[in-house]
Amino acid sequence: MAKITFITSDKETIIVEGTSGSVMQLAVDNNVQGIDGDCGGVCSCATCHVHVAPEHVEKTGKASEIEQDMLELDDNVSEYSRLCCQLEISDQLDGVVLTVAK
Amino acid sequence: MTENSTKIKVCIVIGASHAGVNFAFSLRKEGWEGAIILFDKDPTLPYHRPPLSKAYLTSNDTIEKNALKSLESYEKSNITLNLGVSVNSINRSEKNIILGNGTIQAYDTLVIATGARPIIPPIKGIDTANTMYPLRTAKDVDDIRTAFNKSIDKRVVVIGGGYIGLETAASLKKMGGKVTILEREERVLARVTAPEMSHFFQRLHTQNGVDVFTNKNVTGIDTQDGVHTIRCSDDSVYEADIIIVGVGVHVNTELATQAALDIKNGIQVDTTARTNDQDIYAIGDCTFHYNPHYDQFIRLESVQNAVDQAKVAAMAICDKNPIYDAIPWFWSDQYDIKLQMVGLSTGYTDTLIRKEEGENTKFSLWYFNGDTLLAVDAVNNAKAYVLGTKFIKENKKIDKAKLVDPSVPFKPVNLLVD
Ligand SMILES: Cc1cc2nc3c(=O)[nH]c(=O)nc-3n(C[C@H](O)[C@H](O)[C@H](O)COP(=O)(O)OP(=O)(O)OC[C@H]3O[C@@H](n4cnc5c(N)ncnc54)[C@H](O)[C@@H]3O)c2cc1C
Ligand code: FES
Repeated sequence: MAKITFITSDKETIIVEGTSGSVMQLAVDNNVQGIDGDCGGVCSCATCHVHVAPEHVEKTGKASEIEQDMLELDDNVSEYSRLCCQLEISDQLDGVVLTVAK
Repeated sequence: MTENSTKIKVCIVIGASHAGVNFAFSLRKEGWEGAIILFDKDPTLPYHRPPLSKAYLTSNDTIEKNALKSLESYEKSNITLNLGVSVNSINRSEKNIILGNGTIQAYDTLVIATGARPIIPPIKGIDTANTMYPLRTAKDVDDIRTAFNKSIDKRVVVIGGGYIGLETAASLKKMGGKVTILEREERVLARVTAPEMSHFFQRLHTQNGVDVFTNKNVTGIDTQDGVHTIRCSDDSVYEADIIIVGVGVHVNTELATQAALDIKNGIQVDTTARTNDQDIYAIGDCTFHYNPHYDQFIRLESVQNAVDQAKVAAMAICDKNPIYDAIPWFWSDQYDIKLQMVGLSTGYTDTLIRKEEGENTKFSLWYFNGDTLLAVDAVNNAKAYVLGTKFIKENKKIDKAKLVDPSVPFKPVNLLVD
């Protein structure tokens, strides 16, 4: 079980709990604005871009090569960027705060 | 207040898949306060279709894992989902639709998102081939899995070497099938990619143990004791326990045709996704629409088009004056290859291949019309895909010599003509 906090671009804070599946699916199921997940979670659409709170990068890990490549030319990319379809929900993610990218 | 202005408005959506579902949520987000009612004849909670031929086929997952949205999210957004209900007709003068059970449902705004259905080619004997399946719905996949698990020899013939055929072949191979692809054209993916890409994929399948035969026009199927004998026009014969057909789609335009809406190669819509009836919109695979970037009328079969056109229609209905002007994109996953495509290659005059140093299965194919970049097919190369997207969107001119030189780092500054 992991409690995950999303902060949307309208500064809305949504706290949800998940047990399995991807963080993208959790966000989509809870209508988190700005996370669309159009490709269903296969790193093809980049509509699931979030910034991990710097202090939580340890829990999520860094973006993989394909995530970095997909985001390379994105105006809002940062060293904390992740495509959250690549984050599997597990106890390890408990407490992470993710800001939805613009 | 008159009765009319206090009445809640009703938006009806026919078809609850990528286009219809994304439309419903976008409409709510854009501020529509009235009712939103979705109808689909498929009884399953709406799901992602791309995984059907890819990860979902090879997994033991239930379809709920691939749901577009959870059931609760429809409730939260006050969207009414009617599944397992077909719509039989549209009555434009009365502004209502008639359901399969005869019920009449009135609308203020109607959205047609009926998509497309697989073509079952008129091959002699195909209707008596009991284990023959198209692949479009969750039920198709369940049927294929069941037949496949029951089969002892697991010989599969895939008729059609398009994306769905190739992906299904790769998945069934992974599951332990003996798979043969029969393609009518002289190469696989003939209608959608340049020869270089077709040859790459043909080789990929062969290397993975799938037999690929081209110039094979299937003329007859004879089924006896559960075994299909598939005959081609050149008299070659293949045996199979299961047949998959992936030879393209029919657009579901019947409702629109019967309602006398304008139809070309799909339901004709303007740049706001509106049909020639001002209260009726159409979105997704079923539409024939104008693409401003390419100055062409097109019909697309892709998630990108379904989702983006859905958003445009929602904005238009909420008076936000959008224009549908998107660069198409698409992907395909086969074995450990990820293909990402952007743009429209129709009318290309030449192609260039960019290879990456020390990599065999990482490259990209760039389609040009003279100096204009039209499209990019990127194989295991997301960087090429995003660069291509940017260059196409911004109409950038590319230094072709630098593009094909793997020693030139893949950065926009290095590749553009100053
Ligand atoms: C196996 C497979 C793999 C694919 N892979 C990819 C991919 O990798 N990338 C990609 O971008 N695209 C892919 N696609 C294409 C993508 O899935 C389609 O473009 C997308 O589903 C189009 O969405 P749509 O809502 O317009 O139409 P559809 O998904 O066809 O949905 C139309 C819906 O309308 C319903 N309907 C039709 N008529 C009626 C009626 N009279 N009454 C009630 N309901 C009705 C149907 O039941 C259906 O659910 C794939 C498709 C398939 C089948
Ligand atoms: S959902 Fe498409 S990249 Fe994450």
